[in-house]
Amino acid sequence: MATVKLTIDNNPVEVEQETTVLEAARSLGISIPTLCHLRELNQVGACRMCIVEVEGARSYPASCTLPVSEGMVVRTATPGVRAARKMILELILSDHPNECLICIRNGHCELQAAADTLGVREVRFQRMSRRLHPKDDSGSAVIREPQKCIYCRRCVSVCAGVQGVEAVGPQLRGFSTVIAPPYNLPLAESVCVNCGQCLLVCPVGAIYERDETASVWAALADPAKHVVVQTAPATRVTLGEAFGMPPGTPVTGKMVAALRRLGFDRVFDTDFTADLTIVEESNELLNRMKNGGVLPQITSCSPGWVKFIEHFYQDLLPHLSTSKSPQQMFGALAKTYYAEEAGVDPADIVVVSVMPCTAKKFEAGRPEMQSSGHRDVDVVLTTRELVRMLKEAGIDLTRLPDEEYDAPLGISTGAGAIFGATGGVMEAALRTAYEVATGKPLPKVDIKEVRGLEGIKQAVIDFEGTPVKVLVAHGLRHARTLMEKLKAGELSEYHFIEVMCCPGGCIGGGGQPIGTDSEDRRRRIEGIYRVDKNMKLRKSHENPAVIRLYADFLGRPLGEKSHRLLHTHYVRRSAHPVLTE
Amino acid sequence: MNTEELTKLRHTAREALRLREGQLPTDGFEFHVLVCGGTGCVSSGCKSVRNALVDEVTKRGLEQKVRVIETGCLGPCNLGPIVTVYPDGVFYHKVTADDAVFIVREHLEQGRVVQGLLYRSPETGQLLRTWPEIPFFRKQRRIVLRNCGLIDPLSIGEYIARDGYAALPRVLGGMTPEAVIEEVRKSGLRGRGGAGFPTGVKWDAARRAPGNPKYVVCNGDEGDPGAFMDRSVLEGDPHSVLEGMAICGYAVDAAKGYAYIRAEYPLAIENFQAAIDQARAGGLLGRNILDLGFDFDVEIRVGAGAFVCGEETALLNSIAGKRGEPRPRPPFPAQCGLFDKPTVINNVETWANIPPIITNGGDWYAAIGTEKSKGTKVFALAGKVINTGLVEVPLGTTLREVVCDIGGGVKDGKKLKAVQTGGPSGGAIPAEQIDTPIDYEALAALGSIMGSGGMIVVDEDTCMVDLARFFLEFVQDESCGKCTPCRIGTRRMYEILTRLSQGRAQKGDVDLLIELAHVIKNSALCGLGQTGPNPVLSTTANYRHEYDLHALEKKCPTGACPMRIKPAQARK
Ligand SMILES: Cc1cc2nc3c(=O)[nH]c(=O)nc-3n(C[C@H](O)[C@H](O)[C@H](O)COP(=O)(O)O)c2cc1C
Ligand code: SF4
Ligand code: SF4
Ligand code: SF4
Repeated sequence: MATVKLTIDNNPVEVEQETTVLEAARSLGISIPTLCHLRELNQVGACRMCIVEVEGARSYPASCTLPVSEGMVVRTATPGVRAARKMILELILSDHPNECLICIRNGHCELQAAADTLGVREVRFQRMSRRLHPKDDSGSAVIREPQKCIYCRRCVSVCAGVQGVEAVGPQLRGFSTVIAPPYNLPLAESVCVNCGQCLLVCPVGAIYERDETASVWAALADPAKHVVVQTAPATRVTLGEAFGMPPGTPVTGKMVAALRRLGFDRVFDTDFTADLTIVEESNELLNRMKNGGVLPQITSCSPGWVKFIEHFYQDLLPHLSTSKSPQQMFGALAKTYYAEEAGVDPADIVVVSVMPCTAKKFEAGRPEMQSSGHRDVDVVLTTRELVRMLKEAGIDLTRLPDEEYDAPLGISTGAGAIFGATGGVMEAALRTAYEVATGKPLPKVDIKEVRGLEGIKQAVIDFEGTPVKVLVAHGLRHARTLMEKLKAGELSEYHFIEVMCCPGGCIGGGGQPIGTDSEDRRRRIEGIYRVDKNMKLRKSHENPAVIRLYADFLGRPLGEKSHRLLHTHYVRRSAHPVLTE
Repeated sequence: MNTEELTKLRHTAREALRLREGQLPTDGFEFHVLVCGGTGCVSSGCKSVRNALVDEVTKRGLEQKVRVIETGCLGPCNLGPIVTVYPDGVFYHKVTADDAVFIVREHLEQGRVVQGLLYRSPETGQLLRTWPEIPFFRKQRRIVLRNCGLIDPLSIGEYIARDGYAALPRVLGGMTPEAVIEEVRKSGLRGRGGAGFPTGVKWDAARRAPGNPKYVVCNGDEGDPGAFMDRSVLEGDPHSVLEGMAICGYAVDAAKGYAYIRAEYPLAIENFQAAIDQARAGGLLGRNILDLGFDFDVEIRVGAGAFVCGEETALLNSIAGKRGEPRPRPPFPAQCGLFDKPTVINNVETWANIPPIITNGGDWYAAIGTEKSKGTKVFALAGKVINTGLVEVPLGTTLREVVCDIGGGVKDGKKLKAVQTGGPSGGAIPAEQIDTPIDYEALAALGSIMGSGGMIVVDEDTCMVDLARFFLEFVQDESCGKCTPCRIGTRRMYEILTRLSQGRAQKGDVDLLIELAHVIKNSALCGLGQTGPNPVLSTTANYRHEYDLHALEKKCPTGACPMRIKPAQARK
């Protein structure tokens, strides 16, 4: 590619042609403040913090959208530019509640940081009008507080560009603008799938997860309750980040120890029911293949994805596997199988999940998810909420010993662990389906074709003469691409499709650390596969606890009890919600 | 139609129009009675005048003798409704329905000019019979408005009779695209939508830009309050715009054009659509135009957005079905425009200049105007001036000539205080600068802009704080809300101005206002924010004492501001 030479703050630099001035400056180690920029995703020039002086230009262009050009002379911090930035920030603060001390993002807010960096000590527009948009806490997972919004548009770009959902966008105009669903509908009535990708990128506290730590504290404090916790495959490689560990560091044992210290009666592993999901789902697949069922079968363990297909591709719902997600299988079993084994009244059991995901909060609240006779999963905490609890309790994860999960719902295989990464469910399912179908051991356990961050992946696995064709997509925009093809009849030769709502899979879920980027995702995926590698058992159907579960309780995969407890159905939702009374 | 048939049609059409040049009628009529039907006149009752004329003509059995024609806007709005009777060209002004009946009986039946409806010269006191004698028209030079008010906009024949569709066959029949662009470049024509970018350069960039298909877009959003140049052209001479667009289509290799016209302009939409239909039917639009092997078609898009939808990138977003908000440039539309393809977007007035430039040559056009600002410009003269309406003058004409000679001076014998050009994006030019020749650079040097052609005359009774507040109220309301300086900053400016006007100013408010104005001007994303502070910057620069009076003494020198706090209270 052709390169361009320019000068930034008296430093000559040569960069590729399409580079922006902002990136060229960063390559020189000059950091220009910005509140809206997200590389490749949100380059809209909205906040105007990144303005620079360019010789010969009439005004100060925004460096995030300004392409470099030959001979350009840029100054990034002249008195004029600094004064203008400061005043722009003052303007933002004049339209902001400035309730930092009680804000969910206190201490890790980009607006706070910018005010500090630029040395804003006064807001001269303070006594003027502010917009008044009420808080929207209609959503079961995601809460909007438009008063805090600084209109960076990151959420809009991510929701449309990464997820292809377009649940939120600018409504009204000028000073009254609000970033909201069309017609300013409450989020709960919109097409929002609760994925939380928007809140991972929000620079301030204008979108955040519904914090449910209070009900967990209350349950833990109630001696009448038997509180059990399950931890998702993807939380064990991200929890450490809040305690200063590099992304992707597995902290499974320390996490188990921390949960015990918090006072949970039993610490179980969602990986266990991930193995169970695999057994049910691969049997379902083989069944469909044998009996002429609807193919390709599509995974259903990602609740954001499930809501997406319910809104946008209702006619494709029969493709969706009826197997519940591992979280919901766990809840259903905890209040039946485990309750019986432990001799506890299911009414006294409180099932808490620790999830990388905001959409799991919505999933747990679905009316279909009460097959134990109670609400199967009572409270869903995101990774961030668990961090909050640990910090509040004064527990330093780094100083804890490694402990083991409780039996029996804490026993798992590497196949359950890789659920946390894109392609993981597919790989786990193939490991089992192959052996169930052929009765022979799988020659190669690692199925590398389905791993990695490419948006859509595919593989063909030879089941002893029968080629099984599979597809994997992560990020709903890619899912949409596949669904369009499926609708057009172009995927009829495929057997199985894995869809994960969030980019990278659950390790990049909306419940994970704020600011998750693709480098973080890559390192967490590495962490996940490291966990798998180190497991003694790596195939779900070899999980002894799962084998015992079938023997003692369920009977057989897809059996009557399975059907009642482990399978579900879906609902048709509108793709174009409108304002109703 | 092919070129020969077009020539033939032009011949017959010219014959039919000879009466309006004072020559012998050839179409059997003895009179052509033109009634001004622009939207300005529609509101002053020209529909009823037209109906009264038609009714009376029918009643008296004069249908064979008299043709009543509804035209677009002739310009002098404060004189409307206007009725002009040809072949003599007798100009009647402020005509009522009763007057119309009288004109039929007296003038058309008896051949007696109705003296009482003639315009009396304010200078000499004499009655003037024809419109070119009227001072309002004397210093004008009508290129863009060449047909407005003089032809039936719904008749392609009348357009053709007046050299319409003469440029298009010339271009298609014998000029290379490069030669067309060269002619436009030579003319020195600059965009009339506000920014004044050289049109030829823009076309050349679009021609060279990689990407296909390419598009041609007409910006008919005209959001500047009080401006109606574009509306008048679209209503009164729609074919001139259509022809300009087709010529550009050939020059840049585009086959599709869009005309974005605001929904508030129903008559413009109607007339423009009629023009499209006629041009298509006549083989002047569509496939294989004039049998010369060029395809080009135009579609109307009705815009129903804010002022900012007139900004080119916002407008293109809007045509593409997205929210009408601007995006950063570069890339410019010529490189990446409608549907991310190379696109030429020009203003209505710019388009209407193209056919005469091609017909008469770029050099002809370049001979009019100043060194850097060529040709003519249409202004919507308004405010405290005697004659209001549309005026077209050669660039380089002074503000004084427009305000005093054409406009007849300030109303009610008041003193001139300033002239605001460029609408809400422009600045107030103080009376001392009234001898400034109107061109892009001269106006910019005075802190204003040429803009799209709004020109508001401000008299001594106007408070400059109030004036700035009026424009800032508009700007903050029309902001799209995408970028911080404009979304919040223009609101803050408006709030400070409101405080000033209510006697509630706080210490340092005027300085804060000025500092803020500079920051917004320098940092906003699009032209709206970048020019929105101009009314404040120009008035604070030239009338700072008025601001200080409001701020410090809580007094409004003209009494225009509703000071809530009385000076006595303020002193405490
Ligand atoms: C806020 C704003 C509003 C504008 N409105 C109009 C408009 O109504 N009509 C117009 O022709 N140009 C308008 N423009 C200018 C256009 O962006 C663009 O420059 C013009 O259409 C180009 O055509 P021209 O080169 O023929 O002037 C506006 C610009 C801004 C910043
Ligand atoms: S949670 Fe997901 S779907 Fe909902 S608004 Fe945020 S990004 Fe869009
Ligand atoms: S909600 Fe957050 S991410 Fe969305 S525009 Fe507002 S500040 Fe930006
Ligand atoms: S300057 Fe105003 S109108 Fe232009 S992009 Fe910014 S907010 Fe929108």
